Amino acid sequence: MRGATHVKWAACAAAVALAATACGGGDSGGGGGGADGIVSSSWGDPQNPLEPANTNEVQGGKVLDMIFRGLKRYDPKTGEALNMLAEKIETKDNQNFTVTVKDGWTFSNGEKITANSFVDAWNYGAVLKNNQKNAYFFGYIDGYDKVHPETGKASATKLSGLKVVDARTFTVKLSQKFSLWPDTLGYPAFAPLPKTFFTDHAAWLKKPIGNGPYTIDKYTKGSSMNLRKWDDYPGDDKAQNGGIDLKVYTDNNTAYTDLTAGNLDLVDDVPASQLKNVKSDLGDRYINTPAGIIQTLAFPFYDKNWNTQGAIKVRQGLSMAINRQQITDQIFQKTRTPASDWTSPVLGEEGGFKKGLCGKECTYNAAEAKKMIEDGGGIPGGQLKISYNGDTGSHKEWVDAVCNSINKVMGNNKACVGAPVGTFADFRSQVSQQKLHGAWRAGWQMDYPLIQNFLQPVYYTNASSNDGKWNNKQFDDLVDKANAESDKAKAVSTFQDAEKVMVQQMPVIPLWYQNGSAGYSENVTNVSLNQFSVPVYEQIKVK
Amino acid sequence: MPEQTPDEAISAAGAGGPTDLALAEGDSLEKTPGGPEGTGPDTKPQSLWSDAWRDLRRNPVFIISALIILFLVVISIWPQLIASGDPLDCDLGNAQQGSQPGHPFGYDGQGCDVYTRVVYGARNSVTVGICSTVGVAVIGSVLGALAGFFGGWWDAILSRLTDIFFGIPVVLGGLVFLSVVTSSTVWPVIGFIVLLGWPQIARIARGSVITAKHNDYVQAARALGASNGRMMLRHIAPNAVAPVIVVATIALGTYISLEATLSFLGVGLKPPAVSWGIDISAASQYIRNAPHMLLWPAGALAVTVLAFIMLGDAVRDALDPKLR
Amino acid sequence: MGRYVIRRLLQMIPVFFGTTLLIFLMVNVMGDPIAGLCGDRQCDPATAAQLRTEFGLDKPVWQQYLTYMGNVFTGDFGTAFNGQEVTELMGTAFPITIRLTLVAIVFEIVIGISLGVVTGLRRGRPVDTAVLILTLIVISIPTFVTGLLLQLLLGVEWGVIKPSVSPEAPLNELLIPGLVVASVSLAYVTRLTRTSIAENSRADYVRTATAKGLPRRRVVIRHLLRNSLIPVVTFIGTDVGALMGGAIVTERIFNIHGVGYQLYQGILRQNSQTVVGFVTVLVLVFLAANLIVDLLYAVLDPRIRYA
Repeated sequence: MRGATHVKWAACAAAVALAATACGGGDSGGGGGGADGIVSSSWGDPQNPLEPANTNEVQGGKVLDMIFRGLKRYDPKTGEALNMLAEKIETKDNQNFTVTVKDGWTFSNGEKITANSFVDAWNYGAVLKNNQKNAYFFGYIDGYDKVHPETGKASATKLSGLKVVDARTFTVKLSQKFSLWPDTLGYPAFAPLPKTFFTDHAAWLKKPIGNGPYTIDKYTKGSSMNLRKWDDYPGDDKAQNGGIDLKVYTDNNTAYTDLTAGNLDLVDDVPASQLKNVKSDLGDRYINTPAGIIQTLAFPFYDKNWNTQGAIKVRQGLSMAINRQQITDQIFQKTRTPASDWTSPVLGEEGGFKKGLCGKECTYNAAEAKKMIEDGGGIPGGQLKISYNGDTGSHKEWVDAVCNSINKVMGNNKACVGAPVGTFADFRSQVSQQKLHGAWRAGWQMDYPLIQNFLQPVYYTNASSNDGKWNNKQFDDLVDKANAESDKAKAVSTFQDAEKVMVQQMPVIPLWYQNGSAGYSENVTNVSLNQFSVPVYEQIKVK
Repeated sequence: MPEQTPDEAISAAGAGGPTDLALAEGDSLEKTPGGPEGTGPDTKPQSLWSDAWRDLRRNPVFIISALIILFLVVISIWPQLIASGDPLDCDLGNAQQGSQPGHPFGYDGQGCDVYTRVVYGARNSVTVGICSTVGVAVIGSVLGALAGFFGGWWDAILSRLTDIFFGIPVVLGGLVFLSVVTSSTVWPVIGFIVLLGWPQIARIARGSVITAKHNDYVQAARALGASNGRMMLRHIAPNAVAPVIVVATIALGTYISLEATLSFLGVGLKPPAVSWGIDISAASQYIRNAPHMLLWPAGALAVTVLAFIMLGDAVRDALDPKLR
Repeated sequence: MGRYVIRRLLQMIPVFFGTTLLIFLMVNVMGDPIAGLCGDRQCDPATAAQLRTEFGLDKPVWQQYLTYMGNVFTGDFGTAFNGQEVTELMGTAFPITIRLTLVAIVFEIVIGISLGVVTGLRRGRPVDTAVLILTLIVISIPTFVTGLLLQLLLGVEWGVIKPSVSPEAPLNELLIPGLVVASVSLAYVTRLTRTSIAENSRADYVRTATAKGLPRRRVVIRHLLRNSLIPVVTFIGTDVGALMGGAIVTERIFNIHGVGYQLYQGILRQNSQTVVGFVTVLVLVFLAANLIVDLLYAVLDPRIRYA
């Protein structure tokens, strides 16, 4: 019976292996928060390395917001661009700016922040060979075309528009007049960088060092990051808690489930499917505030079927066939607001938001909608396909609902269908390579709270995010005119005139303004979201 | 007992799927000449089947599962027999509402009638199950049988090829392969399942052909000068096909379930297709608020898978003389 | 025996290359990954072109594959788009998944085989029928439904477990996910053992052993179980590879940062370096498991000898 003993041995080996791993993995503590004023919060794995000029999505942005402070900072409540590290930014001609950096600021490793900390960082961000995905933010600075040419090799390694005057002063020359340029400096890409970023880049990436209210204590890529309060932080917005533990979740449903089970203190993205029970789960520990995000349906103007006079009527008709109120009520449980212009309520009336600007073209009207679509020659190709990426977000739910709404109006259950694309990357490459011939989900999250940011980058001829390639001279002229306007109120009303052109042309259909939603545990108080729908971490208090 | 070469021994023991193993192994154990089944003078190849059929007709498990499957096939072809509505006719105003008169199963997240969608969903789900199984069984058994029968290079190449496809996790393959597909028909899903599913059947077919090949009656036929084709079709195939049928019927159920998993990962059937998988994955998000949305399509799926597995079980029991 | 092992190892080489090539091609078919790196706007063409050059994406696929394999043999599995070495990702992901797989296999062995033996010895009795129906139900419900249900019931409603697994993934938090991963295979193991036991319990050698007057326990464990385990071992062996790579759904539901999570993330970001790297290792595990299973036959079945 030699074999039998072998079997027994094999079973023991398995048991031993199991016990060994049990010893290896059993003793480390679990998540949860509360101890020493630490807040645990949901996170997603940042897509790019955590360099300031290379981070273009909200998950990496969260971290940068905690560990960096730039020249300006947007007030978490009003969105106003306030001086942070900038003592003053002066200009006489709206093209040449002189920046003076405040005294007394250091990085968390003790290094003094000087004019060079900014100039070096901006040069790094702009230069082509560093592959910084937000390089275009430096595009207004003179000499950008030399360090970051559209094609070919860069002919310079430094922006000629940046000049250090002394330890605390530097000058910026723009390639064109841009009166509101200082207000864009709150964007994380403009953050200062310490010397070690350049001298020991790999080590910096492993554990980034900045000048914000938090320092990174431990960073396990792909799974968690522990940030701790920086006690010597020189700013006024000191952290009110001991630190933040960010924990990566692949599925925001799991994060929400963890919050309700008491394993997590803060979830900053409550999934649509949980909205119905969020009140009963969390009571008033749920916040829902407007954020600078608008969702739209975009159309391909490179496809001649969509670029006709009739197609304008069709798009207007489609816009009127979407029952926005019902969808935001049922699918999003009122966490989104039906859109009636192309900006966002966070701008405020003064900033250029105008409720109802779109008028009847953005109001549900089944009979009129059907007539308009038929008058315009019907949907090109007979069927509207709405493409979206099926991997993240709750896109499937609302696209299906939009289609059902259109189908009901048209009395044809195949008039509109959702067309999911497997991955976000593939979706984006189909959009940018102009492979789509129906509508697709589009949206805009503001970079800075200006009406210009909601219109120019998205709808101006050949603008960087004008994926549908819509072009309209009247619109472009009005935007140019608004940019040259030095009086803010006039500039805003000119931008709104440009929006009125869009009502007549309906290049994209505005759907709804997105709110930021978050839920938090009983351990924490004073939780709020800023206008970029990122939690204001440093203000959170732990009970 | 003749000394087996290692590879053949392994195939005989069945390195493939779950259910073939017992059969193949049992065969190798009872390879005694003049045994009660297979080689006796009065048993023709068909007798195994007529025996099995006699058994099956009296087996209540078989009758119940066959009736369920018959019903499913009928409503797959003519869903309007029992459902008058349109599965795509949805009113968001009714979203997530529970059971009410005329709508016994309630409404789903889009306000579509769950009952109608469950009935209409049968077609795609059953089509995926049956077509993938047929594809897998045909390709797998032909390739497997060729490898088992001819051995040598054929066998070496085919075995390595099955290893290659086995090495790729199914869900992973689905994510990669199906995320590039835009068609809203069932065929890409079926094609994918066949692509990654055939090696399972091929291994089993190869194993049982090798076992059958060594049987005395086959050796006898060879000695009498029978051609390769005749030997394959007349002597080997009838005795080697049983494990394939058994595994295939069980696999059918898992394929239907796989379609649901693929939908859950966002790469299954595309709208406006209606299937249980799509509905289950949509409903799984609403499990707390509207469990009825999950209950009905998941129930239908479970009953279907159950019916096919029970059928497979009954067939196996009937085809396995040792269990009589 | 030694020659047999060497032959098997040599046969692994083409399989290894075939699988990696296949998955490499599949990931490549998915299209241009760079477009997804710039969020909802277009990458500026100069940066996009440079990124493509840097990741070698501007070269033909066969050349990319050769470069990649060349690097793999020097231990360089490449870098993910977020600047992280793939080997580093593997270092964190594999221990977690191995633990999960072990938990799952222990469940399969302990629960699956004992249920199988009990039902196999009591064919047709109520116990048998009950277990049979139970296993059928488990097989017929998709894993993600089982996982979500258990998470909701045990984690939220009754508060027995944590609904998600912490990044360190200690063993006690992996019990329920492990059970979910194992569930379907568990059902198979039960049925397989049952069939095998039922068949062999009528075999001559069992009758002989019983006739010799050996105690029933000894007959079952020494004679019956040992012979009946062969198909079960095969199944569990081939299942190891499938469990490790197939936990994508379960790892997502319970937020386990293991292999399935990295693969899922890699696919969503079309990160061929991550996906191919992980699959390469999984294939090696799968091939090794197959070899070990085949060698175990010799231990379990004395009639099989490897020349």
